[in-house]
Amino acid sequence: MSTPSSPDIRPARRSAADYARAFADATPRFTQAQAVLEAERCLYCYDAPCATACPTSIDVPSFIRRMAEGNLRGAARAILEANPLGGMCARVCPTENLCEAVCVRTTQEGKPVAIGRLQRHAVDALMESAQPQLFTRAAATGKKVAVVGAGPAGLACAYTLARHGHDVVVFDARPKPGGLNEYGLASYKTPDNFAQAEVQWLLALGGIDIRSNWALECTEQLDNLRKDFDALFLGMGLASTHQLGCPGEDLGGVQDATAFIATLRQTDDLATLPVGRRVVVIGGGMTAVDAATQAKLLGAQDVHIVYRRGPDDMSASSAEQAWAQTNGVTIHHWLAPVAIEGSDGHASAVRFARQAVVNGQLTPTGELETLAADMVLKAIGQQLGNPVLVQAGLVLQGGRIATDAVGQTNLPGVWAGGDCRAGGLDLTVEAVEHGKQSANAIHAHLTRA
Amino acid sequence: MANLHTTFAGIRSPNPFWLASAPPTDKAVNVNRAFEAGWGGVVWKTLGEAGPPVVNVNGPRYGALLTPDRRLMGFNNIELITDRDLELNLSEITQVKRDWPDRAMVVSLMVPCEEASWKAILPRVADTGADGIELNFGCPHGMSERGMGAAVGQVPEYIQRVTAWCKQYSKLPVIVKLTPNITDIRHPARAAKNGGADAVSLINTINSIMGVDPYSLTMSPSTGGKGSHGGYCGPAVKPIALNMVAEIARDPLTAGLPISGIGGVGTWRDAVDYMALGAGNVQVCTAAMVYGFKIVQEMKDGLSNYMDEMGFTSIEDFRGKAIPTVSDWRYLNLNHVSKAVINQASCIQCGRCHIACEDTSHQAILATKNGQRHFEVREDECVGCNLCAVVCPVPECITLRDLKPGELDQRTGKTVRAEHADWTGHANNPMRA
Repeated sequence: MSTPSSPDIRPARRSAADYARAFADATPRFTQAQAVLEAERCLYCYDAPCATACPTSIDVPSFIRRMAEGNLRGAARAILEANPLGGMCARVCPTENLCEAVCVRTTQEGKPVAIGRLQRHAVDALMESAQPQLFTRAAATGKKVAVVGAGPAGLACAYTLARHGHDVVVFDARPKPGGLNEYGLASYKTPDNFAQAEVQWLLALGGIDIRSNWALECTEQLDNLRKDFDALFLGMGLASTHQLGCPGEDLGGVQDATAFIATLRQTDDLATLPVGRRVVVIGGGMTAVDAATQAKLLGAQDVHIVYRRGPDDMSASSAEQAWAQTNGVTIHHWLAPVAIEGSDGHASAVRFARQAVVNGQLTPTGELETLAADMVLKAIGQQLGNPVLVQAGLVLQGGRIATDAVGQTNLPGVWAGGDCRAGGLDLTVEAVEHGKQSANAIHAHLTRA
Repeated sequence: MANLHTTFAGIRSPNPFWLASAPPTDKAVNVNRAFEAGWGGVVWKTLGEAGPPVVNVNGPRYGALLTPDRRLMGFNNIELITDRDLELNLSEITQVKRDWPDRAMVVSLMVPCEEASWKAILPRVADTGADGIELNFGCPHGMSERGMGAAVGQVPEYIQRVTAWCKQYSKLPVIVKLTPNITDIRHPARAAKNGGADAVSLINTINSIMGVDPYSLTMSPSTGGKGSHGGYCGPAVKPIALNMVAEIARDPLTAGLPISGIGGVGTWRDAVDYMALGAGNVQVCTAAMVYGFKIVQEMKDGLSNYMDEMGFTSIEDFRGKAIPTVSDWRYLNLNHVSKAVINQASCIQCGRCHIACEDTSHQAILATKNGQRHFEVREDECVGCNLCAVVCPVPECITLRDLKPGELDQRTGKTVRAEHADWTGHANNPMRA
């Protein structure tokens, strides 16, 4: 029997049909007819701004022109040549801030060519085709490279190295490869197990061996990798999360949003997944949006995203924010958590102090607000959090691995990329570019006469 | 609403939009629907002589040139003249004309190139009450293999002879429909005039193969694995037709001969093109076959609004007005200088002007300014060729500016001169006067 004060966290808030509908593809794939019509809108610009805006430099006008000409395979080649994870990036890239932001059709008619959706159409068509493989490996070089982390950066690095003819072993702490693609994104962005389908497509090239459940726990492991392999790429992402540092953080019902999302992604029957009736998500990034929206879709009655600054400061794009709001999530700004309240060892509410910018400083106004909560999800950022890297002699910068422009670290033979590399944007597509750049640098290093 | 009435070769119609002799005018059911929709007249699909009618293939008769988003640019057919009995056609024509007395009813004819054949059919047509006849000397496929259609239209002597027979054995106005599958349209037009034709209509369709299926490597369209060339029409042929209309309109030997313009008319603007170059009306087929008969309402409304805007009360107010602007290259003013101008306020920075000019023309459009993406014309390289304006996706963003006399042409370093100077007197012309 539950009493009014006890937390209301339970599974099966919705019918099976509702779960299926709620977690279906957020942006359904174009039909062939839609794809051709949309492709026709591309003007095939000179020195196209979209291609420049793409962190992986996909030749967007080429791939779209090929689609308009009925050459879907060629379109996929143009995409995957530049970005081997073009299928996932088409689903998760904040295109409204990248390629589509600079599309000249936006200038002309306020509506860019739907580059992301076209990209997805081309890559999906390839992957469903009778011969989904496009690339072959160069002659074997006899060199071996170790990659730590099977996320976007590590996979892109491994794939590029394998194409160059090197043999690659990818070590990953999780049971499944894919990193954030498998564990960290909202499921409606990548339904139907696309993350694993993409990994399988990458591995089908050959030359890439995945070692799962391998966690980096001591410097000896790194020393061995450097000794046993001709080069090492670190792409382990950011494994630990920032904490609120306020009272009540250890109460029941309080958890990291990343863990909530990972559990959801690995749950086959969403009806078995408990969710609070009232959920408060603290943070302002993509993780906050993915966690809050999915909590709502799981059947939570009231879901709040609470961010300590204003809408323009949120790292979730405006499209992401709108998506959360469309799905019934309420976004609060200018509220910083001061305490999680609870009873019987379980969270029941979060108390916030209202903030304002005074003389450029975020300052409490003295006003307090409280939101009732059965579940509190923390999404205030991640960090490297692995002492082994510093122990092994790697130089950090802002808590992440310092590298040169192509990912070379201070340690000879060691490169790094993705979220663990300092100075990035924390985007999937950027992680792919890091992996690709470092792979090319490693290749140059290994084949130097 | 402007007055759209026309009298063409003595045939009156409430508007200048006629349906051309083609599948849409093969039967009373079609023509009645067309008149209900508002067409000013029809040219009934070509009748052959009495006896067993021709037969058509039972595979595809049509093919098309489509953009990737399936807008039709060109159209091709291998349908022959009517495959219905002559008597049935004549009785339907009689009834339809009786039911629609204010609409133009012209009957297209194609019989063997023998006097007796023409002498036999002409009175039958006159008996229907039709307003005129059109001689099909243009059909380029099938019938031409039997010595009719384009096979006649390609020999000026035949045109003149048959036209003369028609004038001899019929009181009806005679319109001679010309084939474009010749080298100089003026010769068949002159022959028609010499034979006594009241008007010419052009163009009939152009010999064409639409393409090849890349997977079966068979020409298309094909019937059972084989195809034959068809007749090409639709929007893509309009420029070819306009040139031929203008050639006839400005030829001193045919000037003033009424012309019915045919080829790619789908909008009121197309009709204005033809009429400004001398056509007294236009005939339409492809647009009706793509959109249905209702399309005429948009053409009429557009033409009427245009005429009101321009202050024209009759089509005669602007018919032929563009003919004096059509000249030969040798008379073009070589002292005239144009330069492209890019309107920076409407430029969307796609860069198509730059790459077109840089790769294929005169390297006269810069792609950057102070390190920023910015497209601007270099007047010292621009020859005023218009390529940039043509490839620009934004209407009116790139225009050509005419330099005024006295202005410096930065490309040549010379001052623009006011007087006309053309190739006929140019120093480089060995044939100069």
